[in-house]
Amino acid sequence: MMADTAYEVIIGLEVHVQLQTQSKLFCRCSTRFGAPPNTQTCPVCIGLPGALPVMNEEAFRLALLTAVALECEIPSFTKWDRKNYYYPDLPKGYQISQFDLPMSCHGGLEISDAKGAFPDRRVRILRAHLEEDAGKSMHDEVAGKADSRIDLNRTGTPLLEIVTEPDMRSPQEAKGFLTELKLLLTYLGVSDCNMQEGSLRVDANVNLHVSTPGGVVATPIVEIKNMNSFRAVERALAYEAERQYQVWLETGRKKGDVPKQTRGWDDQAQVTRGQRHKEESSDYRYFPDPDLVPVRVTPAQIEEARQRLGELPAALRSRLQSDYGIDAYSADVLVNQGRLLVQYFEAVAQSTGDGKRASNWMQQDVMRSLNERSMVIGDFPVSAPALAELLSAVQRDEIDNTRAKDVFARMIDDRCSASDAMAALGIAKVDEAQTVELCREILRANPKAVADLKEGKQKAVGALIGQAKQRNANINPGRIKEIFLDLARSEQI
Amino acid sequence: MPLSSAEVEKVALLSRLLLGEEELRRMTAQLGDVVEYVRQLDELDTTAVEPMAHAAELSNVFAPDEVQPSLDRELALANAPKRDDECYRVPAVLGD
Repeated sequence: MMADTAYEVIIGLEVHVQLQTQSKLFCRCSTRFGAPPNTQTCPVCIGLPGALPVMNEEAFRLALLTAVALECEIPSFTKWDRKNYYYPDLPKGYQISQFDLPMSCHGGLEISDAKGAFPDRRVRILRAHLEEDAGKSMHDEVAGKADSRIDLNRTGTPLLEIVTEPDMRSPQEAKGFLTELKLLLTYLGVSDCNMQEGSLRVDANVNLHVSTPGGVVATPIVEIKNMNSFRAVERALAYEAERQYQVWLETGRKKGDVPKQTRGWDDQAQVTRGQRHKEESSDYRYFPDPDLVPVRVTPAQIEEARQRLGELPAALRSRLQSDYGIDAYSADVLVNQGRLLVQYFEAVAQSTGDGKRASNWMQQDVMRSLNERSMVIGDFPVSAPALAELLSAVQRDEIDNTRAKDVFARMIDDRCSASDAMAALGIAKVDEAQTVELCREILRANPKAVADLKEGKQKAVGALIGQAKQRNANINPGRIKEIFLDLARSEQI
Repeated sequence: MPLSSAEVEKVALLSRLLLGEEELRRMTAQLGDVVEYVRQLDELDTTAVEPMAHAAELSNVFAPDEVQPSLDRELALANAPKRDDECYRVPAVLGD
């Protein structure tokens, strides 16, 4: 095994995102997922003679919004091309896509990792273009027949293909990019990004730059397909990098020595396997689609898209840090949960004036409760004002943090306010004079502890606090510690 | 010959057409004639002509994103050479 520094991994990604429209890209069939096979097709999407495609206005609007968010250049003129190939899930014999004049190009997305798993980086976007999806082929294993079954419901669904430059240098970075891209798309509301339903699909191009005594050598580029989760992407890339290194050691083959290879990720076996040779791009015989007219985009439309973006994740992270004094990691955790949870957090933080406490409660208590109940923040039984009321009670020392967690649990179960939950639990603010008297009693009964405290052995106070809590669960351990220490020091027992 | 028979063979393969020897010879000649005919355009000086993407001088033809009824499945599958109750059936798709 060579040292890790023997090679550098070079990764570029191609991401297909399904845009959240009601109808397809060039016809008005529904895009709904999960309908019975072949019930959402029409002459346009199954390629019957004489049918005429017409561009979906909303699909273009969503694509433009995404392209602007990815800081792409938006050319004033874009057109549609036919990409010709034969495959059973492609009924027309061509896919309507964009070849030489895509609707956007040359953008970028900043990625960083709050825990420092990779350096901050701007991943450049080569292009983002619109195209239609193909159908789905299923092999009929049950019947044991040699047929494949074809469902064309998905045919013609709008996709935005986002292609990055080969700017990522580790599988972790690739996963980081995908996570950030998904978050951005979710904030924009342009896609549900559901990988299980195929709304987000990832292919990766990867090769190595191997350091040799004679200089840096590039290994042949391999395209990896069939990765069904971000974790699968990370693992497939890690596997593929090591595989390419071994092949390079054995064969010394460089980029250009062999045609570009396509490999599929086998998630069960955790390996990549060779697939058919990729046809040269000229084999697709692209040409402008005569059925569709071009699209012209004006600077005013681009500006309008920019206005609609709203606050995007990167800007939101830094604002939460500066507005509420929380650290980068906390801001990242909150923002990754989506816009609604951030709004909830901001309402609590503003109402209590304590961003750090609100952030801790969000991360520890609210998010854990949501996870346990497989719930989203919009359905959470404790409203932001109710949580703020509870945290304000903690701030005013009416209850301690541990007791507040009991109250919080009660608020979830009973769907009630903080004050009602506190009343239900019999929590009342303990009178200061009562507390001092209780402390005196306990100290009188524990002369050894008093002696220890006088000698400065503060550890002794722990057991005393425990006894006090047993006598009255509502007392505040922080306050009571102060009282114990004061009394012991002043010998007013 | 403006086209070689190897080029025609490649195009035939991409179009999933199996051509016999005689057909290949005939197609090479006929396709060559077509290419030769179109090649006459090369005689024009187009340096000052802006390229166009479409014959019609139209742009931005859009439809609103509103679902309309799809074809009935029986109708959609009606012309399929092979089918079952729900799907088109084709010779097994191997690989991905």
